Amino acid sequence: MSYISDIYTGIKTLLTGMSVTGKYFLTSRKGAITQQYPDNRSTLKMFERFRGEVVMPHDENNEHQCTGCQKCELACPNGSIEIIWDRGIDEATGKKKKFIDKHIYHLGLCTMCGLCIEACPTDAIVWAQNFENSTYDRTQLTKVLNRPGSKVKAGVED
Amino acid sequence: METTLVKSNFKSEEYFINMGPQHPATHGVLRLLLTIDGEIIKKVEPDLGYIHRSIEKMCERDSYQQIVHLTDRMDYLSSHINNEAVCLTVENALQLELPDRVKVIRTILSELTRIASHCLWWGVMGMDVGALTTYFYGFRDREMINDIFEETCGARLTMNYNIPGGLMFDIHPNFVQRTKDFIAHFKTKLPEYDTLLTGNVIFQKRTKGVGVLSKEDAISFGASGPVGRGSGYSCDVRKHHPYSAYDRVTFNEALKTEGDTFARYQVRIQEMWEAMSIIEQLIDNIPEGEHKVATNAVIKLPKGEYYQKVETARGELGVYIISTGTKNPYRLKFRSPGFSNLSLLNHIAVGGKIGDLVASMATLDLVIPDIDR
Amino acid sequence: MNISLNITETIQEWLIGFMPEGVASILGMSIVALIYLAIFAVAGLYLVLLERKVAAWFQLRIGPNRVGYWGLFQTMADALKLVSKELTGTVKADKFLYNLAPYFVIISSLMALAVFPFTKEFQAFDINIGIFFLIAISSVGVIGILLAGWSSNNKFALIGAMRSGVQTISYELSIGLSLLTMVLLTGSLQLSEIVETQKEGWLILQGHVPAVIAFMIYMIAGTAETNRAPFDMVEAESELGAGFHTEYSGMKFAYFFLAEFINMFIIAAIATTVFFGAWLSPFGITESIPWLGVFWFLGKTLMLVFLMMWFRWTFPRLRVDQLLTLEWKYLLPINLVNIVIMAIIVWLNLTIKF
Repeated sequence: MSYISDIYTGIKTLLTGMSVTGKYFLTSRKGAITQQYPDNRSTLKMFERFRGEVVMPHDENNEHQCTGCQKCELACPNGSIEIIWDRGIDEATGKKKKFIDKHIYHLGLCTMCGLCIEACPTDAIVWAQNFENSTYDRTQLTKVLNRPGSKVKAGVED
Repeated sequence: METTLVKSNFKSEEYFINMGPQHPATHGVLRLLLTIDGEIIKKVEPDLGYIHRSIEKMCERDSYQQIVHLTDRMDYLSSHINNEAVCLTVENALQLELPDRVKVIRTILSELTRIASHCLWWGVMGMDVGALTTYFYGFRDREMINDIFEETCGARLTMNYNIPGGLMFDIHPNFVQRTKDFIAHFKTKLPEYDTLLTGNVIFQKRTKGVGVLSKEDAISFGASGPVGRGSGYSCDVRKHHPYSAYDRVTFNEALKTEGDTFARYQVRIQEMWEAMSIIEQLIDNIPEGEHKVATNAVIKLPKGEYYQKVETARGELGVYIISTGTKNPYRLKFRSPGFSNLSLLNHIAVGGKIGDLVASMATLDLVIPDIDR
Repeated sequence: MNISLNITETIQEWLIGFMPEGVASILGMSIVALIYLAIFAVAGLYLVLLERKVAAWFQLRIGPNRVGYWGLFQTMADALKLVSKELTGTVKADKFLYNLAPYFVIISSLMALAVFPFTKEFQAFDINIGIFFLIAISSVGVIGILLAGWSSNNKFALIGAMRSGVQTISYELSIGLSLLTMVLLTGSLQLSEIVETQKEGWLILQGHVPAVIAFMIYMIAGTAETNRAPFDMVEAESELGAGFHTEYSGMKFAYFFLAEFINMFIIAAIATTVFFGAWLSPFGITESIPWLGVFWFLGKTLMLVFLMMWFRWTFPRLRVDQLLTLEWKYLLPINLVNIVIMAIIVWLNLTIKF
């Protein structure tokens, strides 16, 4: 007799399993979780803390906030940041001060760990949310974060 | 006329098959050398090292804050818990007192990571035994957890949110509400998982009595996590050596005694229910306070050896640091759960068929980067 | 002009007008064969697209929708791609058998399509042993699979082919016996006769309990016969690569692939003919328009094809020994008992007639 009850319970479990997928089939129009990616770029909004790429924001006078302290270069685990700096005379106080020539960021090496952004004392670098960073040429992945002709905002170290 | 029966020494040929590094059923780059006789497996020999990235050596060159981002990439499905392991080792060595807020948030994030890892495991388990739709249902639920993580930590898979001393920045204001919404949603979905796969007669025939591991063997091979608990070996680190906020929540340890594939499966499903109950106990009363304790910019551990173990989704992960007082560890070693769990594959697969091997491997839940580091 | 639905006769009569009779009949048959080939090759492609869309809806996603509206040209594009691929071959493979194997499979599938009654008199080949012919032809496909596995000189392919051979041979028994159960009701193997007897009610209703059991057994055995999940150990993608067609690429692979889908259509079409009344409409509502029968036939067949797809995307796979246990210890005894019950019901005249 267990032969027949085995068959009966077996078929019952199979039918309940089919009901689950059947239910998803019937509600498939609004249940679909696919995002049609290249078509929805205009409405796609990433979360504000999303780690896409490190950028240095510049305000309307083309000034940034990087003082060249090199804390981000020391914090980076694999050398994705290189800072080329020099010492010069500061106009306001007349003393010798560090300023940066280039803040080089190797996007190809970066692991998006976020240690550089945490280490920066003046909030000079932040996360940007763009994730479409692929290029055809590897040299385009080495970016210089400060724009040409920009200088550091006055009074940022205080 | 007499005829003599010639007894020939006929042994059927044993095949030698390579379930090679690229294979849909070995979860990652694992090479298995199988010796099979027809359909019965005679010997299984794993061949590791295809994804060795010398993480432990890199840790000898990095400072303690920089080590954390490397552990994300070991067992990438429980990245939070890996980070927590290293941070706890460093904090215990420095004897830092963490604020309650940090402990509670770390526990909630660990349990969410555990649910996410088990969702993926369930999807892939169904796919390995042949039910190809379970993969998508598992991932749909995992996406909600990934969204929670993305909003708070900024990344979906390799979070790097714990630092020695606390959390990198405070949680997002939406975190609590999103987590509650997720729990409410997932409570309706987990019974569906049972209806679709657990109760299915074909699935039960495929997994009951397959890949049996006795309790003595589990202890002697060093199995931990759901693999050990499926054989009756009570090895939950959260119960025996509690860390973070696990001593202030009540939860049951999921134990089964049969030791076959179905028992390990049920243990993981039960763990998902337990994880949800832990989150429910903690989510409403996150204490106020600082999100980190200030440490020196350059952390130096006092001379000595330090060990800390945590319970990842795969089992017991141990972090062992030998420090000589400088700013880099002298030696850092990870005791990875997958390595010990893989060692018992030969024991449970011999005598079964290839289909059994695939089902057993799916419940061992191996993540090869964890084994190879 | 009223084109009769009996296309074979129409074409032959037209040809006899300007050729001797022998040549006309051969040429007529070739023309009908070419028409069927063209229609069903394209239909096979659209079945593949249907499978992909249905699978996507089960899995909470949208299927192909980029190539043409709703993805209608997707499989055309795939077919073009497959045609342009290089036909590789392994070095030590047995060349003659390796090239011959796909043809066995595709020819047996396409031959079986000749006998289906799509609507009244629209049948290319109405012989008096219809069902026997169908079962015999689908058995020829096994040779193709075994040849493919053996001649590939590849261990994985060989294991896959052996498993498939065993599976197909076992489940043919169940198919034959369950169809035999229904032949007891009709008394004839000829397909058009079977449809005639269903004018008094579909066969699944006429033979109530044993017919439903026979239908369930037939669906299970039919799914196993075409190597579809949950019986697709042969092509178990997560275990052994691709089974017996690992070493094939390009057009030869397309033959295997297409043959699987056409086989699925054939199993569903046989079930429609024998159990659900082929082209007959329920309660005879469109009896007066004979060519609507094609739509009824296709509709019923596509419902059964959908059922087979539903099985595939819900259930896990059975292991090889469990598959064989299912057949020899469960399906075969139930089948034999079922035949006896059906015989008793027919003898005592307990069938339901409308």
